[in-house]
Amino acid sequence: MLADVPVVFVLAGITAYTVLAGADFGAGIWTLVPGGGQAGAAATRDHTRHAIGPVWEANHVWLIFVLTVAWTCYPGAFGSIVSTLAVPLLIAAIGIIFRGTAYALRSQFDASGEPGVRLVERLFALSSVLTPFALATVIGAITTGRVPVGNARGDLVTSWLNPVSVLAGVLAVAFSGYLAAVYLAADASRQSERALARDFRLRALAAGVVAGLLAVAGLLVIRAEAPALWHGLSSGLGLALVIVSALAGVVTMVLVWLSRFGAARASAALAVAAVIAGWAAAQEPRVLPGLTVTQAAAGRATLIATIVGVAAGAVVLIPSLALLYSLVLRGRLDAPGSVNEPDTAGAAKATRPGRADGAGSAGRTRLEAAFAVVTLVAGAGLLVFADPAWAHGLGALALVACAVTVFALAAEPPGSPGSSGSPES
Amino acid sequence: MLSSLARVVGTSAAGTVTTAVPVDQRYLFEARQMQALSLTVHIPLVCFGIAFPVLVLFAEWRYLHTGDSLYRTLARRWSKIMLALFAVGVVTGTILSFELGLLWPVWMQDFGNVFGLGFTLEGFSFFVEAIFIGIYAYGWDRLSPRLHFASGIPIAVAGVAGSFFVIAVNAWMNHPTGFRLAGGRAVDAHPWSALFANPFFWSEYVHMYFAAYIVAGFLMAGAYAWAILRGRRGRYERTALGITLSAAAVAAPLQVVVGDWAARDVGQAQPVKLAAMEGLATTTRGAAEHLLGWYNGHSVVYGIEIPRLLSLLAFHNPNATVKGLNIVPLADQPPVNVVRFAFQTMVGIGTLLALLGLVYLYLRLRRRQLPTARWFCWAVVAAGPLSVVALIAGWITTEVGRQPWIVYEVMRVDAAVTGAHVIPFGYGALWVVYLGLGGAVWWLLRRFSRVPLEPELNPELSGAHHAG
Repeated sequence: MLADVPVVFVLAGITAYTVLAGADFGAGIWTLVPGGGQAGAAATRDHTRHAIGPVWEANHVWLIFVLTVAWTCYPGAFGSIVSTLAVPLLIAAIGIIFRGTAYALRSQFDASGEPGVRLVERLFALSSVLTPFALATVIGAITTGRVPVGNARGDLVTSWLNPVSVLAGVLAVAFSGYLAAVYLAADASRQSERALARDFRLRALAAGVVAGLLAVAGLLVIRAEAPALWHGLSSGLGLALVIVSALAGVVTMVLVWLSRFGAARASAALAVAAVIAGWAAAQEPRVLPGLTVTQAAAGRATLIATIVGVAAGAVVLIPSLALLYSLVLRGRLDAPGSVNEPDTAGAAKATRPGRADGAGSAGRTRLEAAFAVVTLVAGAGLLVFADPAWAHGLGALALVACAVTVFALAAEPPGSPGSSGSPES
Repeated sequence: MLSSLARVVGTSAAGTVTTAVPVDQRYLFEARQMQALSLTVHIPLVCFGIAFPVLVLFAEWRYLHTGDSLYRTLARRWSKIMLALFAVGVVTGTILSFELGLLWPVWMQDFGNVFGLGFTLEGFSFFVEAIFIGIYAYGWDRLSPRLHFASGIPIAVAGVAGSFFVIAVNAWMNHPTGFRLAGGRAVDAHPWSALFANPFFWSEYVHMYFAAYIVAGFLMAGAYAWAILRGRRGRYERTALGITLSAAAVAAPLQVVVGDWAARDVGQAQPVKLAAMEGLATTTRGAAEHLLGWYNGHSVVYGIEIPRLLSLLAFHNPNATVKGLNIVPLADQPPVNVVRFAFQTMVGIGTLLALLGLVYLYLRLRRRQLPTARWFCWAVVAAGPLSVVALIAGWITTEVGRQPWIVYEVMRVDAAVTGAHVIPFGYGALWVVYLGLGGAVWWLLRRFSRVPLEPELNPELSGAHHAG
């Protein structure tokens, strides 16, 4: 049914965010406890930082995707959720600011000995714990029906500070650390960093045990605190997905034990994805108390527009993501060994003359100048004196053409590079 | 389709989702300030998102074309700044997407079905930008030169597309179409036509697009002009100044024409906003334009009056009738002096920037020299921050000028605000966080500017050594 399609998008987005960005958060968590392994603390921190560098921004965008699809297709439910759960969302937002800023800052330090490095690293690690915790308490609140329909109708504190929400938060942090350890072991193994691979293998095994125990404890808490959710998880599709998750978790542990990190990456992601799907199956068809997916959905035209928009976006997104991850997984974006690598293009083309040489360029410059004047007059004339919308569009295009031409003339004036400025004026 | 429509209307009529909940208005001020603060932080970063990839790619294209490694160094150093500013833009943009729901849940609830698509599409361009900025910034030396250059093109396209979708939403808030009202909320929504067939959209978008080049260009140029003033006048600094200043200097004079177009669109779609921008109390035939001065509730006092100019500018006819604030009740009028002062600030600074741009282009194209005189460098240094002030003033003009409406003449801001009681706390926290963020960005950019040029580059390229 049409109203259910965007739910699939939202759940796919949450899964991608948990599996991808969750691991980036987890990498931040490991920088909080980098010691105790064969590799030094500094090497461990550098490894985690370099591993998430090219991908964390793209992974983060899944959160934006989830928010925008939710508020477009289920606006009423979204308004109720964000107003009641303003506190954890605000905490997550602040955590996101700290994490992004800390990452941008940390990349600029050359060595870990500089003053301020530790502060920035702590900030990065703490915000990596805070953000997944806060976001998961939101899921916990929705799951247990603590968000009534309406503008901030629910309790601002107990809606997200309750046993199930807190457990969801802790579980999210544990899952993040577990995923990150598996991925980081895989990255270290690819880069032939034996010590780091060994360290993260042990960390993955430990985190896997912790996450598994927490998941079992979580089921007990849900059974005591949220009978409706428990019923969904202990029967039918919900139960099947819980079993899938448990099996995938065990398989991952075996694969990590055998140092088969590439396959472990996939099965660890599957374990987490099955938990999210299980939650959805247990809660279906209810979004909020007294509000089903169908009731919460926006009108038909909006749903179709979103589905078309997402489909069109996927055509661009999927190949782009495939390119990014294939480059990352093949090590093409790993930190280069030295700053000065051979400069092949410069060597090949150093002798190639610039286009500004010769008599032909003066004629071309005149032609470009004439084009700039014509587009300027046409653009300004159409924008100022014409009325129809098409004339304004044409005028704007003419002005952009004028801007490009004049920029090309001004940024790259005739003459050799050396003459491009008088030393004194 | 009819059944789904009836369901939406039915839901609203049954009161399960209702806008009639009395909302605590105490926090309206904080919510507004929070939104304004976040936008003020984010919008200058958007300018870099639009303009910077193009400048970086221009430098890299020059390198591929000429083999001059100076351009490679420029592109490479700029790509690091681009990545850092993008990282900050990612988080400030995320905050905005949280806030749109956190602060204005009723707006989301009642109209999200019309405008939400714009943000969904923006999400995809954000994805593309994030993916390729990762490949581009980490791909130096790792990808072949042509492939590396190609990986930068989607960043530039996504920068343009992202702002396109977001401004489509803002244009819709200013000129809402594509839905029917039932019980105070939008039904029968047609998001495609509402967002992209909106006659108000194009002038606003092109205006912002040119503004992006002005802000990013002058801010970057200001940094190099500062370096030249400090005695670092090597080829590196002069080439960088030439590229960045050319972008800003070309855009600034053309912005005057685009701004005139935008103002006339405002005059047609939002006469009250135009009246507030000009301080026109009553509908007037052959209205005068006032420079400076103060609106005292009836007219502009202490200003310089130019007869009939407003009619001429707004409708190309010195005797045209311009609608005044009196066409709507006082409760539906925006705060005139805020809007008028912001508008005059934008126009005043914009005019100065356009003049500076013309001076530069004259010297550069006719005299064939890069001006580096002290007065000129100081003017460029000042132009950077001034262009940001003009940018923010422009957004204040359009956003405060829309008040008291969040959706123009459909939903008031005070009907959209959240009922959550944590807003003052959030407002305070956000100030602290943004101050920290501002300090961090300042520190980062200073640090970038002090990284010595790469050893592969001939030291004589940079004037740093001469300055000694």
